[in-house]
Amino acid sequence: MAKVLMKGNEAFGEGAIRAGCRFYFGYPITPQSELAHFLAKRMPEVGGTFLQAESELASINMVFGAAGAGARVMTSSSGPGISLMQEGISFIACAELPCVIVNIMRGGPGLGNIAPVQSDYFQATRGGGHGDYRLIVLAPSSVQEIIDLVWEAFVLAEKYLNPILMLGDGLLGQMMEPVELDEEKEFFIPLRPWAASGRMGGPKRIINTLYIVPEEAEKHNFKLNQKYKEIEVKEQRWENYQTKDAQLVLVAFGTAARVCKGVVDYCREQGLPVGLIRPITLWPFPDKAFDYILSLGTVRYFLSVEMSTGQMIEDIRLAVDGRRPVHFYGRFGGMLPVLTDVVKEVKKLLLKEEP
Amino acid sequence: MYKKVFARPKALEDVPFHFCPGCTHGIIHRLIAEVIEELNVFEQTIGVCPVGCAVFAYNYFACDIFQAAHGRAPAVATGIKRALPDRVVFTYQGDGDLAAIGMGEIVHAAARGEKISVFFINNSVYGMTGGQMAPTTLPGQVTTTTPYGRDREINGNPVRVCEMFSVIDGAAYVARVSVHNPANIIKTKKAIKKAFQVQLSGLGFALVEILSACPTNWGLSPAEALNWLAENLIAYYPLGDFKIPKEEAKNV
Amino acid sequence: MFEQVLLAGFGGQGILSAGQLLAYAGILEGKYVTWVPSYGAEMRGGTANCGVTISNRSISSPIVSDPEALMVMNRPSLEKFEQNVVTNGLIVVNSSLINCKVERKDVQVMYIPANKLAEELGNNKVAVNIALGALIFLTQIVSLEAVMESLGKVLPPHHQKLIAINQRALKTGAQYFDHLAKEKAG
Ligand SMILES: Cc1ncc(C[n+]2csc(CCOP(=O)(O)OP(=O)(O)O)c2C)c(N)n1
Ligand code: SF4
Repeated sequence: MAKVLMKGNEAFGEGAIRAGCRFYFGYPITPQSELAHFLAKRMPEVGGTFLQAESELASINMVFGAAGAGARVMTSSSGPGISLMQEGISFIACAELPCVIVNIMRGGPGLGNIAPVQSDYFQATRGGGHGDYRLIVLAPSSVQEIIDLVWEAFVLAEKYLNPILMLGDGLLGQMMEPVELDEEKEFFIPLRPWAASGRMGGPKRIINTLYIVPEEAEKHNFKLNQKYKEIEVKEQRWENYQTKDAQLVLVAFGTAARVCKGVVDYCREQGLPVGLIRPITLWPFPDKAFDYILSLGTVRYFLSVEMSTGQMIEDIRLAVDGRRPVHFYGRFGGMLPVLTDVVKEVKKLLLKEEP
Repeated sequence: MYKKVFARPKALEDVPFHFCPGCTHGIIHRLIAEVIEELNVFEQTIGVCPVGCAVFAYNYFACDIFQAAHGRAPAVATGIKRALPDRVVFTYQGDGDLAAIGMGEIVHAAARGEKISVFFINNSVYGMTGGQMAPTTLPGQVTTTTPYGRDREINGNPVRVCEMFSVIDGAAYVARVSVHNPANIIKTKKAIKKAFQVQLSGLGFALVEILSACPTNWGLSPAEALNWLAENLIAYYPLGDFKIPKEEAKNV
Repeated sequence: MFEQVLLAGFGGQGILSAGQLLAYAGILEGKYVTWVPSYGAEMRGGTANCGVTISNRSISSPIVSDPEALMVMNRPSLEKFEQNVVTNGLIVVNSSLINCKVERKDVQVMYIPANKLAEELGNNKVAVNIALGALIFLTQIVSLEAVMESLGKVLPPHHQKLIAINQRALKTGAQYFDHLAKEKAG
């Protein structure tokens, strides 16, 4: 199958169509609008529904309704819009409805800017809204991986009846890369006996998030928590890059991981033993990757490279659990880490060189 | 003595606008600034700017000014006006900001009869984010999210904001104007002035809808855009007063 | 070996599509490619630019911060990016719209009056592809044939009739520095 050149934002759309998603609700916001533009064209071609809502408050609640009625559904937004959705996402997580939410992160806080950042990591990996819940968070770092992970996202959403958050940034959304679009795989939509889609002679179904009796609310939280524990054990995903004999291991996801791969290549050419762990699931955080690397014994330092003032580093520290020092290098506000600066950090640690 | 006919009103900062060539946001900014000066309320005026192409209004208006979250300007203005009832408070909002994401806020501000002046810029698209459908997009109009034209079956109907607000009790003055030619620009200025006067005399909520051109997202030259506005937007959104303050109505 | 190039000019010159042409040509040649557009506040009215990477190896970082070759179509772009080009790199300058000289002495600079040549072809809009033709000739980053073939993919359906003139533009640009090759050979 021939390769086609595709924008990251469009790949989210095409991936969703291929995964059988037929409903999209959203409100325009840069830098993810190409996704909406793409689906506005594409959904009608496959008999799906593209609807522009009047706000993100509305779009996430439309997702809630469609998912509760049994549809395979997606929305997307960025920064302020994702913040507005948090109430709805909390409801969807509580009601255990499957859906996919794409956040193409933009500079914040506040209105911020439309440049690429990774500063919504905390919001994404800690649930984001009110209450005790988690989203499975997937962080692709290439356009091809977007297509592949969107498929995964819908599978996971329906397997665990949980909202999935896909985290990208403006650069990933705007970047074009070739993708291999193989024959459309057949998708399959599992039965949804829980969907409140009209009784049609069957039992009554209620999509609800109210647990007014604390005993019952505790039971529900317990059930959710069991699910999250299972996900933590089974669904950690990451990529190891040149980690085998690495003395310094970079940790980065998404666009920052692309930069870091360049750093690893460059350092290796200079004979510096540098590797990279690239978390693909941000929640569950891939603790196992760290246990494995620590078991090899060569690693001396970890260096977290983020497009934020340091958020993922907290999860790395929890995973490393004091066994090695964890350092940080970040750019923020929409500035990108550049290869030479990261290399400088690496050398500072490995060669104890002061720049 | 020469009369200076084209001086920058002091309510406008001396910086160039960032708007696209042919965009009429700049004209509207200027008219509001002129009125603020003519009514001599510059010192007590507080503006609230939206999220949209006018997001930088705080760079242009020289009065005190807030930058609100998308659609929330009327709520912010309510807070300001309640805290400082003797100030003159206005919001400047696009059609996405006011009639989509912020419809809740604006309706309730009007229903409460908040004594604020609202300038509602209707250019029938989302300018800033790349020409997507707005609540005011005409049936059949092609935008980046209605690539096949706005279809009433799918996207529903355009919102006629003035008609709607004319039946909200708290609204004292509701008018629709346009800036596509000099005669209408003069009328627009009058309406803006009236909206401030209604606030100043404590009569209640005032909303002026201003039809505005977005050549960039309409895919037209500046001149073509003004013609398109005159031929299409005005046909769907008739100009005129939709509600005038009661006292005045008695005198008519 | 050139792998990373940056194309820059103002919005409406066709810079982004020119970058996509290169990227598609790279795909046709079986290489790894990435295309990254300019980003941020520059989007409206100001400069437009895109970075293209074409490589035999999988591409780690798609960001073109220090291009090996820079093609500039207007003066603000030259001012903005001149310093970023790597030592011994290449700058292709559209001398129709840029009336100053490149200050750096450690890079190769080639001037081509792209708009003037485009007007001679009868369509000012193809200036970018004239410069692109020159860039391809000077860098050999992809073959001219592959770029010609890619035109059909990048031009939207209603512009397919423009393929011929754009092919001529690419060729004009590619031949502009022919004498250099001959000099070298001779
Ligand atoms: C919560 C939230 N959602 C979306 C956006 C993105 N956004 C910025 S401006 C805009 C639309 C502006 O359109 P309009 O109000 O018509 O003003 P115009 O740009 O046409 O003047 C949108 C959707 C945002 N900033 N915040
Ligand atoms: S995009 Fe439209 S509304 Fe925005 S500045 Fe340009 S012309 Fe004006």
